[in-house]
Amino acid sequence: MTTLIILTAIGLSCLFAEILGFKKFLHVLVLAGLVGALITTVLDWGTNAPYFNDMVLMDNFSLAFTGLLIILSLLWFIMSPVFFEEPSSKTDHYALIIFALVGAQLMASFSNMLILFLGIEILSICLYVLAGSRKSNLASNEAALKYFLLGAFATGFLLFGIALIYGATGSFNIQQISAYFLENSSQPSSLALAGTLLILTAMAFKISAVPFHFWAPDVYQGSPTVVTAFMSTVVKTAAFAAMFRLFQDAFQSIFSVWENTIWVIVVATILLGNVTAVFQTNFKRMLAYSSIAHAGYMLMSVLAITPGSSSALFFYTAAYSLSSITAFAVLLLLSRKSGDESIGVFRGMARSNPFLAGITIVAMLSLAGIPPLAGFFAKYYIFSATMQAGYTSLVLVAILGSLIGVFYYFRVIIALFDKETDQTSIESSVSFNALLLITALAAVALGLAPGLIAGII
Amino acid sequence: MMLSLLLFFPLLAAIAVLFSGTRAKHIALGATILEFLISISLVFKFLPDGGTQFVENYWWVQGLGISYHVGMDGISLLLVLLTTFLLPLIILSSFQHKHKNPGLFYFLILVMQSALLGVFVSLDAFLFYVFWELALIPIYLICLVWGGKDRVRITLKFFIYTLFGSLLMLVALIWLWTQTPGNHSFELSSFYALNIDPANQTWLFWALFLAFAIKIPIFPFHTWQPDTYTDSPTAGTMLLSGIMLKMGIYGLLRWMLPVIPEGVHEWSNIAILLCVIGIVYASLIAWVQKDFKRLIAYSSIAHVGLIAAGVFSLSFQGVHGSVFQMLSHGVNVVGLFFIADIIERRTQTRDLDALGGIRLVAPGFSTYFIIVLLASIALPLTNGFVGEFLLLNGLYQYSTPAAVLAGLTVIFGAVYMLNAYRKIVLGEAAASTQSFTELNTNEKLVLIPIVVLIFWMGIYPDFFLKISEPSVKDLRDIIYSASGFSSN
Repeated sequence: MTTLIILTAIGLSCLFAEILGFKKFLHVLVLAGLVGALITTVLDWGTNAPYFNDMVLMDNFSLAFTGLLIILSLLWFIMSPVFFEEPSSKTDHYALIIFALVGAQLMASFSNMLILFLGIEILSICLYVLAGSRKSNLASNEAALKYFLLGAFATGFLLFGIALIYGATGSFNIQQISAYFLENSSQPSSLALAGTLLILTAMAFKISAVPFHFWAPDVYQGSPTVVTAFMSTVVKTAAFAAMFRLFQDAFQSIFSVWENTIWVIVVATILLGNVTAVFQTNFKRMLAYSSIAHAGYMLMSVLAITPGSSSALFFYTAAYSLSSITAFAVLLLLSRKSGDESIGVFRGMARSNPFLAGITIVAMLSLAGIPPLAGFFAKYYIFSATMQAGYTSLVLVAILGSLIGVFYYFRVIIALFDKETDQTSIESSVSFNALLLITALAAVALGLAPGLIAGII
Repeated sequence: MMLSLLLFFPLLAAIAVLFSGTRAKHIALGATILEFLISISLVFKFLPDGGTQFVENYWWVQGLGISYHVGMDGISLLLVLLTTFLLPLIILSSFQHKHKNPGLFYFLILVMQSALLGVFVSLDAFLFYVFWELALIPIYLICLVWGGKDRVRITLKFFIYTLFGSLLMLVALIWLWTQTPGNHSFELSSFYALNIDPANQTWLFWALFLAFAIKIPIFPFHTWQPDTYTDSPTAGTMLLSGIMLKMGIYGLLRWMLPVIPEGVHEWSNIAILLCVIGIVYASLIAWVQKDFKRLIAYSSIAHVGLIAAGVFSLSFQGVHGSVFQMLSHGVNVVGLFFIADIIERRTQTRDLDALGGIRLVAPGFSTYFIIVLLASIALPLTNGFVGEFLLLNGLYQYSTPAAVLAGLTVIFGAVYMLNAYRKIVLGEAAASTQSFTELNTNEKLVLIPIVVLIFWMGIYPDFFLKISEPSVKDLRDIIYSASGFSSN
């Protein structure tokens, strides 16, 4: 709970920084605040306390995800000082990101549909603005508009769904909704069923699952790279935490209603995401499709109702987000001068920048799910939870997807060792190198010692 | 502790090598020789009848039943010895090439060694899988960075092909894990204790078979192999052919036969059929090859086809022969690829028709060549003979026609190998071989241990057979007691 208050306080003070004139210290202040929030999250561990008349529940699941979200934001802030160089909009960028984080935390810890809705909206509205934060750039504007229109549309679905479920159950509380479904599991009212499917649609949009993924490639490509990095890590993690809670807590008793739908969505997401990524030449767009594909794997955990599936999802989001941040950070560095975001920017780097090349290899191998890196264990963990739940055929599809994934991740590795191109060496700051090293080492460490976070939920 | 030292010493050395610049190759050579000595010290401590030894067992991820569990029985020990014996030779043979970025090159080779050793000593399925996959990355990068002209396409095909098999194996292993009682476990012994119904044994058989068959490779899953062998740098080819394909055979022996004996009994006839087809098919293709390296690649498919057929015969001689032949094939094929490399470096060609008359200018080289070549076609007194004799004997117990067809490999092998020898070494000197120089010290240092081992294993095979015999017997007992089939 303190975490939420601290985060909100940082967000507000960011807004006042301009007036009160402590703009210079803002970066330090934000980092310190995030560290503080992280500490309070850790201190809350195991308390399992409900707040605001049961509207928020800080159980270990939500605390774990909150911690992960804060760590990802910290890493993100270390990565993105460039983003805040524009003097006119420095403070609101900080505030928007922090408020988005507040929304993300609510999404991970709601126990009331209204809080879920609020969380999603706080997060989304900040992101609509951030996506369009390069005001003079046409693609950035396009991204913002697309994201906003489709996002608002999805929010509509969510609200409809919540309303219908309220109509059927008379409650916004997920425990009570769950109790209603348990009582009427043989004959739930069609109102509630329609509500469930509407919510499923809205959530599928937020996690960019096929066939609700069309916004993702354009938005990812058009937004400033740092914002894309934020979307594909923090936002995605929060959306999955919310979806997992919703379906495995509130809607578990009517599993048979949404089982097949999600099954089909998983298959479509994994296959379409991976196959389309193979054909991309723009690195950011490729990562967008790969993030769609990863959403497919993560969605498997929602389907697998086993004791281990929440841990599996948590591990997967952590492993995926860490390696994504690495990938985006490298891209940020490489494209800074030329503005070129194609896979070509990686060419010949193995000789000119062995450090960067090594980091990139680790990130790509982890995303591709090759042992002994975190990405492999994450995939294994999700696969084993899914197999335990009896979906062997789904795992076979996922394996096919991973195999296709190798094509595009390895394209980057192949480019690194290209012999024809000569690259000049690229300079980067100490903190940036440290960030790259930390995320890459984390990918190795989580792969070698998955027990560190594998069973904590 | 000894096994962990054996496993992780190359990894530590690899990191040192990565940052050592031009001295990389010497450090790498020193490290692999030291590693070889460590493994020799294990031979002295090893008790032939002692079952699995040097066991270390710690939890890795306790909640998921994953442990760091390693140990060696006779079969593992022989393969560990093969790996540690060949690595210094492979590194020494690469001294003849000037590799760009030597630090990275030898780093990858040493990481590869760790992974290969890990595969041979793992007693936990998850650990086994991690090492199995880990071996793939360095060899992929070695072939990608230092390979021939068409390397990008070929190496990607190789990688995806083998990864496909591996992932199927992963599904099979996870499924087996879900069947283990209690909190689930990846222990090899808990897999052995499973009672799996026949229907599931069937799909498990095919999932595991595909994984191992692609690695070995067994016809018709061999298509990645000739291109990859031809296009890789010689050190990479040696690692692949000498050691890595043994991972597949070892996988059959350790993770397939004893785990799903009924499935193996049910389908071994089809597996043997594929092996025999592969033997004949690859031999015939080897016959018409003009490229010497490619010829060795195809002959290798024929040889490992016979090894795999021996495994699937499920007879004592067949399995025992396969273990022995893994060693001799490893030694011989590395020797052959090294000779092909010597020829290519001096003449800039591997085309049989463009070569000839080397004997006139380099009789010493020709002698080494004929010894390795005769070992590869299984002449008595060489290591190849012992292995093929046992394998064919075992296959004969399974079925006479299969043994006869597989026996063709001996005849075909003699034909294409001697034919290649005639074209390269005998006859008139060709333009390309005019200035062929004799072997230098470095090259002799690689070939002499190989020749010594060829004769040692050929004349006194008991030394090696005794190490593996109790383990092979154990294996047979597990297979037959679990399935209720009569043993012969």
